[in-house]
Amino acid sequence: MSDKVKVTIDGISVEVEPGTTILNAARQIGGEIVPPAMCYYSKLQGSGGKCRTCLVKVSKGSEKDPRPMPKLVASCRTTVMDGMEVENITSPEVVEARKGVVEMLLINHPLDCPVCDQAGECSLQDLGFEHGAAQTRYEFDRRTFERIDIGDKIQLHMNRCILCYRCTYVADQITDNRVHGVLGRGDHAEISTYIEQAIDNDFSGNVIDVCPVGALTDKTFRFKNRVWFTKPVDAHRDCPTCSGKVTLWYKGEEVIRVTARKDEYNEVEEFICNTCRFDKKNTSDWVIEGPRAIANTSVISSNHYETLKPLPVIQQNPALMAANKEEFERTKKS
Amino acid sequence: MARRLLFEHINVPGINTFDVYRQQGGYRAVERALKSLSPDDVVEEVKKSGLRGRGGAGFPTGMKWSFLAKPEGVPRYLVCNADESEPGTFKDRYLMTHIPHLLIEGMIVSSYALGANTSYIYVRGEMMPQIRILEKAIAEAKAAGFLGKNILGSGFDLELYVQPGGGAYICGEETALLESLEGKRGNPRIKPPFPAVSGLYGCPTVVNNVESIAAVVPIVNEGGDEYAKIGIGRSTGTKLISASGNINKPGVYEIELGVSVEDFIYSDEYCGGIANGKRLKAVVAGGSSVPILPANLILKTVNGENRLMTYESLSDGGFATGTMLGSGGFVVLDEDACIVRNTWNFSRFYHHESCGQCSPCREGTGWMEKVLHRLEYGHGTMSDIDLLVDVAKKIEGNTICPLGDAAAWPVASAIRHFRDEFEWHVTHPQEAQKGNYGLAHYADPLPAIAATV
Repeated sequence: MSDKVKVTIDGISVEVEPGTTILNAARQIGGEIVPPAMCYYSKLQGSGGKCRTCLVKVSKGSEKDPRPMPKLVASCRTTVMDGMEVENITSPEVVEARKGVVEMLLINHPLDCPVCDQAGECSLQDLGFEHGAAQTRYEFDRRTFERIDIGDKIQLHMNRCILCYRCTYVADQITDNRVHGVLGRGDHAEISTYIEQAIDNDFSGNVIDVCPVGALTDKTFRFKNRVWFTKPVDAHRDCPTCSGKVTLWYKGEEVIRVTARKDEYNEVEEFICNTCRFDKKNTSDWVIEGPRAIANTSVISSNHYETLKPLPVIQQNPALMAANKEEFERTKKS
Repeated sequence: MARRLLFEHINVPGINTFDVYRQQGGYRAVERALKSLSPDDVVEEVKKSGLRGRGGAGFPTGMKWSFLAKPEGVPRYLVCNADESEPGTFKDRYLMTHIPHLLIEGMIVSSYALGANTSYIYVRGEMMPQIRILEKAIAEAKAAGFLGKNILGSGFDLELYVQPGGGAYICGEETALLESLEGKRGNPRIKPPFPAVSGLYGCPTVVNNVESIAAVVPIVNEGGDEYAKIGIGRSTGTKLISASGNINKPGVYEIELGVSVEDFIYSDEYCGGIANGKRLKAVVAGGSSVPILPANLILKTVNGENRLMTYESLSDGGFATGTMLGSGGFVVLDEDACIVRNTWNFSRFYHHESCGQCSPCREGTGWMEKVLHRLEYGHGTMSDIDLLVDVAKKIEGNTICPLGDAAAWPVASAIRHFRDEFEWHVTHPQEAQKGNYGLAHYADPLPAIAATV
């Protein structure tokens, strides 16, 4: 007997270590049943639970206590129990709630992706494409802020921020002293370094990588190029402060950006230091490993999104087909 | 005259001082508990009393106490939630102002029952006078040997601290309160773990409302069984109701649970009827967060029974036709009140107080507020009403803490019961700026329910 626990997500079973969250169990299965996550970041302790896009329905609590959970739960912060049954895209309720959350995230977010530097690698753009409505019902002025320079390399544009708190966790955990937090309350809350103090830390640049949207951007790269016209290449160097494993983004023969290596969930594999990120922009600084494999769902690699292939359980169920109708229709357009 | 337990001696001059309070039989509960009862006995008495949390949720206090984890070598904490900020609720402030020793006595007994040697009273920052009153009362109790080391020779130590908050509504949520008490930003924590397992500084913690803690005093004095005889069914004991709005006698009343709503509004003992001879239009029965009900539904349930001031009777009919006792903020609106304006005002409050941590509440409360503002000022459209219902539905249940629900319920219920008035604001924008929709049919007797097969 292993001490692993069995959890069933949308009819697919998987055995995971006790203490795993539903989201991570779903990631072990992979595919369409993985709930989207805007605020959870597996490398940042304590993150998650805030954006509510990863809500799922627990239809059976566990083998011992089969009662369903009364409310939808945040899958990134709920740990699995043995025998738990979870419904993600097979629950019309979850699909509906997620649509609601996406709509909420977008009401104060500018809908100007064509001029945003993050376009093409923005989690919110993907999320909006996959789960959002085609039109906004919000008819009021969106909240606006002035752009703020955090040091000479990072720019903060609060208009685009969705308050996922990831960057504050980076400041808390990767950097030594806390220089970055949230001020204010409600929809006028803002990420701030307080009196625009520069973040003076070797790893501060990682706030750019963890930001799911275009709120924190790299000033050495801003508006140099659209990301889908650049060529990502894995490379490494012998760095005294970090692992030195990065992705170089080429335009022609020129390195125009250096980032950490991101996986299919847009999470970095290892955090890199500011020297690697901002100062080493010559091919001669690096040992090239080969092209970076980018998920083929990404616009960066293929210029189109993967079509949604509904699970058998959904195909047989008219109610679930109806709940996911918008998602299917969208992916049919090529 | 109904029985009063908490406010029995409220009219005695000088009851806010230790000496007078002691003369009136104060601190008997401490003596009884520390000298003749074990901590478990006290918990057992509270369980028997059927006391339910007076802060709003109505969770049985005894059960909450018995869930407290008791690992060896880890301190446990009792925190009193005096961050009363619900619009329409002011009972805790009244209690702390006039009879602070009751709360302190309750804190001593409760801390003894839970094995807490350090306890906190977290008071909302705006209540500076009450903070001074409590600090003075604590000093008096300490001088008399009821606080500090080895209280009454029982070997039980207790230090009691008053902590002012920053004045945020969200800090009334228990986990946000603990964050704030720890000196952090008052964001609600994601549960589980619940505070009973990992609360203040990661230690097991119980958070109770002021009134719940004060109610422990009569329970210990008279016994849980005696206390349970007051009230009806699972709503036992007495409850402080903060009555406000268009009534003749606003104020804090201690009622025995089970008084009918009609009596409470119209009898001279309590609110004394609607002010200026107007007619009743609507009631918000338990503080701004609970669903608002029109006159006909607040006086009678949908089955034609009299509605009583109990947890069960007020919530009879669920969200369709019922409301909740909540924290006891009883706001009465007369025929001149505008429900749209009232709903907008509540929404504005929740928009201002949302902590901004999770997206549905952060963005949704602001959205509702803006749409309601537009409706109130005559720029709304019919589709706005459905939009509000939909936004409220998308906030409710999808947030970390109950603030999202609390923001959604008043809007959803106002539209459910007063849709005509919202529509009138759209169809008659000019008149809506000058006059009011009036009582309309909101006080008409409910139609008898057709027999269902």
